[in-house]
Amino acid sequence: MNYLDKVNFPIPRTPYFKPNKMQVHEIENIERHSTDKNGIESKDGSLISRRRFFNYLGGGIAVVMVSGPLQAFNQPKTSQLERFDDDQIAAWLHIGEDGKITVFTGKVEVGQNIRTSLTQIVAEELQVPVQSITMIMGDTDLTPYDRGTFGSRTTPTINTKLQKVAATTREILLDQAAEKWKTKKELLKVSGGKIVNTKNQNSIEYGTLTKGKKIVHPIDVNVKVTPATQWKIAGKPEQKVDAERIITGKHQYVSDMKLPEMVYGKILRAPTIKSNLQSANVDIAKSMDGVKVVREKDFIGVTGPDLQTAIKAINSIKAEWNISEQPSKGEIFDYFKEKASKENNQNVTGNLNQGFEAAEKTLKASYTIDYIAHVPMEPRAALALWEGEKLTVWTGTQRPFGVREELAEHFGIKEEMIRVIMPDTGSAFGGKHSGEAAIEAARLAKAVQKPVKVVWTREEEFVWAYLRPAGLIEINAGCAKDGTITAWEFHNYNSGDAGLESLYTMPNKTTNFHWIDSPFKQGSYRALAATANNFARESHINEMARMINMDPLEFRLKNLKDDRMKDVLNAAAKAFGWKNRKPAENHGFGIACAFEKAGYVATCAEVVVDPTTDEVKIVRVSEAFDCGTVINPHHLEGQIVGAVIQGLGGALFESIDFENGKILNPKLSQYRVPRFKDVPPIEAIIVDNKVLPSSGAGETPILGIAPAIREAIVSATGIKLYTMPLVPNGKVTKEIKP
Amino acid sequence: MELTVNGIKHQIKSDSKTSLLNVIREELNMTGSKYGCGEGVCGSCTVLLDGNAVRSCIVEAGEASGKQITTIEGVSESEKLHPVQQSFLKEDVFQCGYCAPGMVMSAVGLLKKNASPSEEEIIEAMNGNICRCGEYPKIVKAIQQVSQG
Repeated sequence: MNYLDKVNFPIPRTPYFKPNKMQVHEIENIERHSTDKNGIESKDGSLISRRRFFNYLGGGIAVVMVSGPLQAFNQPKTSQLERFDDDQIAAWLHIGEDGKITVFTGKVEVGQNIRTSLTQIVAEELQVPVQSITMIMGDTDLTPYDRGTFGSRTTPTINTKLQKVAATTREILLDQAAEKWKTKKELLKVSGGKIVNTKNQNSIEYGTLTKGKKIVHPIDVNVKVTPATQWKIAGKPEQKVDAERIITGKHQYVSDMKLPEMVYGKILRAPTIKSNLQSANVDIAKSMDGVKVVREKDFIGVTGPDLQTAIKAINSIKAEWNISEQPSKGEIFDYFKEKASKENNQNVTGNLNQGFEAAEKTLKASYTIDYIAHVPMEPRAALALWEGEKLTVWTGTQRPFGVREELAEHFGIKEEMIRVIMPDTGSAFGGKHSGEAAIEAARLAKAVQKPVKVVWTREEEFVWAYLRPAGLIEINAGCAKDGTITAWEFHNYNSGDAGLESLYTMPNKTTNFHWIDSPFKQGSYRALAATANNFARESHINEMARMINMDPLEFRLKNLKDDRMKDVLNAAAKAFGWKNRKPAENHGFGIACAFEKAGYVATCAEVVVDPTTDEVKIVRVSEAFDCGTVINPHHLEGQIVGAVIQGLGGALFESIDFENGKILNPKLSQYRVPRFKDVPPIEAIIVDNKVLPSSGAGETPILGIAPAIREAIVSATGIKLYTMPLVPNGKVTKEIKP
Repeated sequence: MELTVNGIKHQIKSDSKTSLLNVIREELNMTGSKYGCGEGVCGSCTVLLDGNAVRSCIVEAGEASGKQITTIEGVSESEKLHPVQQSFLKEDVFQCGYCAPGMVMSAVGLLKKNASPSEEEIIEAMNGNICRCGEYPKIVKAIQQVSQG
């Protein structure tokens, strides 16, 4: 049996980009390209982590996992665990004799509230209260293999999967009860955790029926699932699971966790990413009580019995570094053009020259997008424990299985010897794909033979993680007198190829992505390069509309065939009052749209620019979003509004400042992020189409806000801006073309 | 050094110059208050000192001696949750939840001073707390519901 048929790969939208090699800092490649061999085959060619994993059953496990880290020492030995292939129910779901349902998934909760939505879909098919379900997430020993929680993939893949798992289970329970009662299955129904005989009202609880036995039965991919129009639990604004633990401060993130005998680890950091260690004097640290110094070539770390001591110890180390010459912010975009790879990653449609000949008007422009940081509320943290040759690491990551691979590769040990657990993390936004802290903690723990917790400072999180790529985008386009786009030439330098293509009808088009060896570690950030590509594209579309005196909404509708895209544009425009309201003096309106990860978004924004101070203020935002069937409307609204607010940062003022490769603003007092005062009234219009499959919603809602604001500023002042961030100091200055 | 946290006196071994956040999280094992920035600008570490919301990461433990320290673990005075916590639950605020304790403590501090703040006053008072997930509108609404309820 070819297991590859059953594994869910994210489908790359622009498959023509082939990375030269799997760069360690090209984190985004893990997300974007299906040719990721890591995890499919082990070094000896056997198929391990993709298919085989452990599942421990029994009523106790849910309590062990949820109650806290101290129970770590009571966790079962690997030999006690049973293995199930991921096409079996037992890999994903278990019903205890007490009726409690445990669901297993390799996906992780990072604040997008999938723990709740996945619970809802299972509860729906089994008709049980949400409270009776415990989700075990992101534990490489207990949950099915998962490539990572990213790419807006959870809802379209795992939600669908768990729906089928739960529905198949329901059918199995009905079959079992029918046999037990020697009656027809059609007379039975599920309700409140029981099978009920509609004829005589006899009932039996699920747990009593299964007696807590594992459900070793294939998942029926054709099982009948409950239509969304009939949902009673899914599709509703169910409260966030674990909400009470969070609001009371009881919920623990990795940085909160403690183990007996644990010591605190700190790593010596270079002044810039591309520095090399020349020399280091660790004498003071060595002499400190309870402190151990770990030194492996350029890697120097310390452990201390408490956090303060570890900090004192690392700060006591005097080191000399070779700092290589690196670009500064002012020259970065020239640097991109200069260093662009000669490889031509190009997508061609039609004939560009003919397209330009057919154009009434043409427009050329360049757009720049700065490096920005994810700024997750909780910096990276990891807690590592060696028990003989077996390593367990708790860490905040979107890819527990990926981190396991990293650890296996680093230590040269088999993945079965490593367990990575993701208890929850204080947000990620694509910034926690990599396991730096996990490797650091594990290295120190191996050296000192004690559990080690490494918690990064905010500064370390800015400098030593990875950034959202900066980008330079050049567009040359032409349109006919009636507004149809006849020619489109698009070059993206460094940002990425996500969102390079769009739904606009462009008969003559070339899109190009130029790869650069970025001076900074860069990787996935919510929506990847689609933010940059949509900012440039939508801004250019708005300029073209203006060039031929056409309303930007009409221009878009003219060049779109996709009905869902048009519907979502009209929905946003209607809610905003695009057609029947006029901006007041010093006010402006802007509109933008995007299609990404099977989701459709359209954003309208109104700004006001103070004529004396030039300060820009966002007056209101209306955003329409279509992701098919909605699982939890309240949490979806949170994702939409949250993405818009985060997007405001990148649109208006967020930027990494750097000189000679050194980040100058690696602190929250220096790097501005959106706060309460920055938030305008935001109206989210959810297009809930209950007959369409569910798409993800974690990313696409961020795409419209930057170009919509840019257009609103032009509308208010006539000033055209070509940079993200648009107004770093809050004020609109004269047009600055890159 | 002696610190009174949530009504209970503790003998503290840490140096008096250690941050209050550090003492609470490490020595007293109360991890509800969070580290977010270490420089008092994100609000994750907010506790009350004699009823005033402060950023415990930039308060020296010694400064808190002799004062009533209230953390998220002790903000509800009984078995029931504090009205702010109840309101946050009712509004189902929070995505990743990391900023939650700090938000609650800042809100409690605000309402102690101003029982019916206007929306502008709420935004002004809460502006020192960051929520990167962008739950700001729901948080404002939740606080408004407390003062109205």
